[in-house]
Amino acid sequence: MDSQSFDILILGAGPAGVSAALTAHARGRSALVLGSDPMASPLARAERIENYPGLSGMSGRDMLAAMLGDLERQGIPRVAGRVTAVMAFGGQFMVSAEQDVYQAKALILAAGAQQAAKPFPGEGSLLGRGVSYCATCDGMLYRGKRVAVLGLGPGSEADRDFLESIGCQVLYFTGAQAKHVEIRGDERVTGLSVNGEEYAVDGVFVLREAVAASVLLPGLRMEDGHIAVGPDMATGLPGVYAAGDCTGKPYQIARAVGQGNVAALAADKFIKETGK
Amino acid sequence: MIQDLTSENFEEVTAAGTVLVDFWAVWCGPCKMQSPIVDAFAEKHPDVTVCKVNVDNEPALASRFGIMAIPTLAVFKDGELAGRKVGLSNLEEIEDMCK
Repeated sequence: MDSQSFDILILGAGPAGVSAALTAHARGRSALVLGSDPMASPLARAERIENYPGLSGMSGRDMLAAMLGDLERQGIPRVAGRVTAVMAFGGQFMVSAEQDVYQAKALILAAGAQQAAKPFPGEGSLLGRGVSYCATCDGMLYRGKRVAVLGLGPGSEADRDFLESIGCQVLYFTGAQAKHVEIRGDERVTGLSVNGEEYAVDGVFVLREAVAASVLLPGLRMEDGHIAVGPDMATGLPGVYAAGDCTGKPYQIARAVGQGNVAALAADKFIKETGK
Repeated sequence: MIQDLTSENFEEVTAAGTVLVDFWAVWCGPCKMQSPIVDAFAEKHPDVTVCKVNVDNEPALASRFGIMAIPTLAVFKDGELAGRKVGLSNLEEIEDMCK
């Protein structure tokens, strides 16, 4: 299998993910940061951050840029892309993002609060029956067909362009347009309704900022739409840790950075103890 | 040994016994993760015939079985479709499907 191996894979490139990566790196662990462009996150739209010690008054955008700069300076790799599948196999984790597969000994989930997004009516029951979270995976099966793309996360335009390039007829809705969505169909997708308007389609690509952690890891324990964690950020699945907004409120940078640090230390300890 | 199925050999290969079919494509990341798991299953269960269908090369088979997402695994028993599962499956899930 053509895949790249790391000690720790970090899903999410916001404050929690960057903090985890820096700590992992300091502990001598190889880490890869995977996830959608953080510059499209809610934090990037914050005009002024007033409660982060020492950096008060900075914009969210500048703070994210400074954090990503830290990754670059320390030579920690980052790949922009939506994670579409996670699987534990042979004592390792395999993670696919777009068309590539990565392997690691431990995982840190840090993809932000959007994980808690509620699925649309019909989304869960028709997943794999016309509903897809991955244009590059399933697009070819819809060549010559009419599909809808719900571009709810960054990079969705590229997926729309990809689907058009392979011969799909694409109806594109931005997150702002796709307010009231219902996906129609019994055995398979036959259409969708957007803001009361009905469209006949064969497939619906639901492209959020990140695929929900509970979809990626079905055994993951959730509490009120957030990933349940212990004091060391362990999720209950061996080798899987979580940090930042995906673990609950308050959605604050200080909390995310602290949790990222703790999660990376715990992942380091896990790798040491399991002798991987 | 894992066989590649085509429209030509499909009936013949699936006609008898338990046959696991992995529908995949080269451009699909999760399929690359499914592949070593299917290999491990094949090694552990020599009594099951394990096959792959490249949906790019075999669009007719993909459309005949209504494959709308990959990876999809399907199990045939004596030529009849006995079960299918969309999305990544672990070893235990594949074993359950083939029981």
